[in-house]
Amino acid sequence: MPIRTVMKANEAAAWAAKLAKPKVIAAFPITPSTLVPEKISEFVANGELDAEFIKVESEHSAISALVGASAAGVRTFTATASQGLALMHEVLFIAAGMRLPIVMAIGNRALSAPINIWNDWQDTISQRDTGWIQFYAENNQEALDLILLAYKVAEDERVLLPAMVGFDAFILTHTVEPVEIPDQEVVDEFLGEYEPKHAYLDPKRPITQGTLAFPAHYMEARYLVWEAMENARKVIDEAFAEFEKKFGRKYQKIEEYRTDDAEIIFVTMGSLAGTLKDWVDKKREEGYKVGAAKMTVYRPFPVEEIRELAKKTKVLAFIEKDISMGLYGAVFTDASAALINESEKPLMLDFIAGLGGRDVTFNQLDEALSIAKEALEKGKVEKPIHWIGLRKELL
Amino acid sequence: MIEIRFHGRGGQGAVTAANILAEAAFIEGKYVQAFPFFGVERRGAPVTAFTRIDEKPIRIKTQIYEPDVVVVLDPSLLETVDVTAGLKEDGIVIVNTEKSKEEVLEKLKRKPKKLALVDATTIALETLGLPITNTAILGAVAKATGLVKIESVETAIKDTFSGELGEKNAKAAREAFEKTQIFEV
Repeated sequence: MPIRTVMKANEAAAWAAKLAKPKVIAAFPITPSTLVPEKISEFVANGELDAEFIKVESEHSAISALVGASAAGVRTFTATASQGLALMHEVLFIAAGMRLPIVMAIGNRALSAPINIWNDWQDTISQRDTGWIQFYAENNQEALDLILLAYKVAEDERVLLPAMVGFDAFILTHTVEPVEIPDQEVVDEFLGEYEPKHAYLDPKRPITQGTLAFPAHYMEARYLVWEAMENARKVIDEAFAEFEKKFGRKYQKIEEYRTDDAEIIFVTMGSLAGTLKDWVDKKREEGYKVGAAKMTVYRPFPVEEIRELAKKTKVLAFIEKDISMGLYGAVFTDASAALINESEKPLMLDFIAGLGGRDVTFNQLDEALSIAKEALEKGKVEKPIHWIGLRKELL
Repeated sequence: MIEIRFHGRGGQGAVTAANILAEAAFIEGKYVQAFPFFGVERRGAPVTAFTRIDEKPIRIKTQIYEPDVVVVLDPSLLETVDVTAGLKEDGIVIVNTEKSKEEVLEKLKRKPKKLALVDATTIALETLGLPITNTAILGAVAKATGLVKIESVETAIKDTFSGELGEKNAKAAREAFEKTQIFEV
């Protein structure tokens, strides 16, 4: 029987790792993710998880150790956030290029400077081009489930790419919520053993990995990573369907909420989706035709799903906790690219919110709604990007 | 949905209190959420923590701005923090204090509908030997709000602290439950 209990997302992530039975974990502590490796080291010390726990001197070493371990053919896991993830940056490309299905949990946290330990998505968004699959969790249950799903997708022979699962710093990492821990046997059935066939280090069959590729070969290696990410779209759908059958919880790349007959749809990711749904209920009661949508998968970008969503509404507005300096938020930019060749598309708006842990309140969502309503009434967007909840008196 | 805000000082266990209350309600079949105000906590600095309890799944992730219940773990906070900020009109305030109802009411900016007082510090010192009031104050929360049974609080405490420490903390909660005075304001 699955166990229903209460725990933080950090603990849920550690439980997910335990259930997936990785053979090697390497981690370096960083706020707000420290509890993840702390809890896993407890599992290992208690003999509840048969794995090698490598204590390293930096995040760069943590991910490098996992590249080695994964290349030796075993399932691996780590957790980090913010500066730690940024420090891993160069190795993230290596993990993807070597086609190593490493899974990593991220307590989504802002980047310095100024130093800030609180939530936004700049850390993972900044890794969007590394070749890692990216999932974002709305709550602690999703943090657990998506880590299991990340292994399922990453290790699929049609994919073989690393994957990260983001859950918001403090808002989820340190928040206690009900979580159902699935049965070990069902997880074993779902994931199976990791048995790489593509490339792994074995003295009986000597090979070289991550080697030099001349211009005659490099581009094909990169193309194959791109193609694998394209393949991941279908694999993710299949994994979601199988997960629902086995565990009874439904996941979609984009989950819609009260979008039928909506004139304005707000799209977001992570824990903000929960607040957004409650706010949509309130606005519906007040007579506004608004809906919400949650992106569970950011890489590969859910291109088809965004196109379907766009057909349903007059205004498609994104609320995101990241910014690409010199342009817009990354989610809005990517969605715009997904819609570029559509003959009809809705008016599109981008709202930057909640950076560095600023609480995204109903008042701020109201602020976004009034801007979206004005665009709807005028039938055009004068300025696509708006920062909401900004304290103008400080500027 | 019932929203509870805890005010304490770093080291008194306000965050743990919020978590234990959530677990106690979860034991009774409720949906719960508990989280700290995400400050950089230092011993002695004011700390805020929150608990939500509902009959249906809790989706909202904002902080709590209009609490139904305010719990004050440290009486000195009444001097420096507006603990009743945003308190609902029929709100409940629970204070760890040795002072009288009149003295406490005088310090509150908003008048609660119900005020509950308990000397949790003395109870904590007697049962635990330490002025850590988080478990004792939960006895007062159970008594004043009826949100959870004291038995569920005791179970959640023993689940959080193992062995003798759990027994002692559960005793502190039970004692506070019995000694809490409740006033309609």
